Amino acid sequence: MKYLYVASSPEVSREDRRIVGDSVAGEFGLPVREMEIPAVDFAYDAGRRQHGSIAVLEMVARLCPDDAGKLLAVTDRDLFVPVLTFVFGHAQLGGRAGVISLARLRQEFYGLPPNREVLKERAAKEALHETGHMFGLVHCADRSCAMSLATNVRHIDTKQAAFCAQCGAWLRREPRK
Amino acid sequence: MNNHWQILVVDDEEVMCESLAAWLREDGYQVDTAASGHEAIEKTRLRDYAIYFVDLKMPGGMDGIEAMMQIRRLRPEASIIIITAYATVDTAITAMKEGAQEYIVKPCNPEEISLLVNRIIKVKNLQRENTILRKKLNRQYVVHDIVTKNARMHEILELCREVASLRSTVLIQGESGTGKEMIARAIHNSGDRAPKPMISVSCAALAETLLESELFGSEKGAFTGADQQKRGKFEMADGGTIFLDEIGDISPKLQVDLLRVLQERCFYRVGGSQEVHVDVRVIAATHVNLQQAVADGKFRDDLYYRLNVIEIRIPPLRERREDIPLLARHFLERLAHELGKDIRDISEGALKLLMDYNWPGNVRELENTVERAMVTCKNHVLTEESFAFLAMNGLAGKAWTAPAGMTLQEMEKVLIVGTLQRTNGNIKESASILGIDRSTLYEKIKRYEIPR
Repeated sequence: MKYLYVASSPEVSREDRRIVGDSVAGEFGLPVREMEIPAVDFAYDAGRRQHGSIAVLEMVARLCPDDAGKLLAVTDRDLFVPVLTFVFGHAQLGGRAGVISLARLRQEFYGLPPNREVLKERAAKEALHETGHMFGLVHCADRSCAMSLATNVRHIDTKQAAFCAQCGAWLRREPRK
Repeated sequence: MNNHWQILVVDDEEVMCESLAAWLREDGYQVDTAASGHEAIEKTRLRDYAIYFVDLKMPGGMDGIEAMMQIRRLRPEASIIIITAYATVDTAITAMKEGAQEYIVKPCNPEEISLLVNRIIKVKNLQRENTILRKKLNRQYVVHDIVTKNARMHEILELCREVASLRSTVLIQGESGTGKEMIARAIHNSGDRAPKPMISVSCAALAETLLESELFGSEKGAFTGADQQKRGKFEMADGGTIFLDEIGDISPKLQVDLLRVLQERCFYRVGGSQEVHVDVRVIAATHVNLQQAVADGKFRDDLYYRLNVIEIRIPPLRERREDIPLLARHFLERLAHELGKDIRDISEGALKLLMDYNWPGNVRELENTVERAMVTCKNHVLTEESFAFLAMNGLAGKAWTAPAGMTLQEMEKVLIVGTLQRTNGNIKESASILGIDRSTLYEKIKRYEIPR
């Protein structure tokens, strides 16, 4: 029996982890289990004042339990890959490890008052998106699909927390690993 | 349809290279990486990349600008984006002057890079569509447009190149749907006559008298309704090529007229008394065995020898099965653009099914089959189910086309021969398909004197 693990680093509350877990439960045909992972401070880049998502992803892949089909980690640190200014999340395409960052999903990042509902919605969409990548899905041209590429929160807010018919059909055909 | 475009990321910093490649792969592109300018050039020689991301500063004697210049010499149509961590106005100007399409500073905003690639791909899709439509409009096929990896076909294509600029008559023989006209156009377009027209005439489509006036033209008053002088196809093709399809179907009288054109390079319009001189290269094609038609007295031997100066026999698709996956993917790619469907590949199971089919209608049937499967396909990949109708067609065709007057024994012989061909002479497999044991099959092979 394989599970879809949702893991959080210490700065993420259990409630936020639960939100992410609930959003992916039932979407990928794997039961969800929750776990904790160590802090991601080792990936801090002082020059950029962000955390490198490649190093985080390597750690997540190492921590995958034997019964993990996939492991999606949640952090509150702002993530980047060297060539880009930031990423909302990062996953191994067709692999076992993925990570999402809540940092830029929060309204306060943009100087606005906190809003839990907005954060929950955005986190759910990003969790579906990165987990979709782990199952081999690439970006979708349908802008309302969870797999469409969002490079800013405005686009995250306009897409749905669900897959379009084509991506959904692809996931149903894909054998569970 | 992102996966049709291949991207090469060139950067000596592995982490930069891989992170950009991974980002682009998530967008569905096929992405390769190169750690130096030299490696990028080597890879460019092997693959046709549509977009290059080239880091400006690279060690090893070849910086980004030099790599870009060499890439542009090899692939002038490729789009090159220079990336750098050190933006200065001078380097930006140099890069753009040397032909870079864009210049971006890393780390880049994800939105910027995504919009940039989308914009380039959009233009490339339009350019490709334009090329396809132009080719379709002008049917400007050249030899390298013919998709094949079959050794016999390569020999044919080499022969096409060799004879393209000669005036000699060419006779193309091959089953229906093997691409006889495409070969004729490739010969015409590869030779000195390319700027002049190639005129096609289907000899089987017209009655004798109509065909005569079509080919040679007619004078005013030559027959009822001929209210003005009309130029024939031979005159229209002057300086170029005339393609006479289904030449085996022309009448004895027209065979004589055609022989005269080939010998004298001149003819009379229907109802005319003045010789018309033309400089036309004749390429003829037929699906019937002309040599047999000569032996049977149905086709003039002198015309046959005049036509058969250069002979090209195109093998049927079932004799070049290795081309089936290649052609199927070629049609898929072209039709995806034409039909506007995001279908990206054909599954291995579906390809096996296509490979096993006998293709009586040859390449034309394969093209139509891929199109039909694509029209009803709801996913990104054509699977065995997409081609389910093929099995039905095959069964229907075989079940209902038995020629009249055939005995049961003759039918049995045909079935055994066909099954042995399909299994490449494998007795065990053939016996299993036919539902008999091996000894019975051996006995029938012996009785019907089936060669093995």
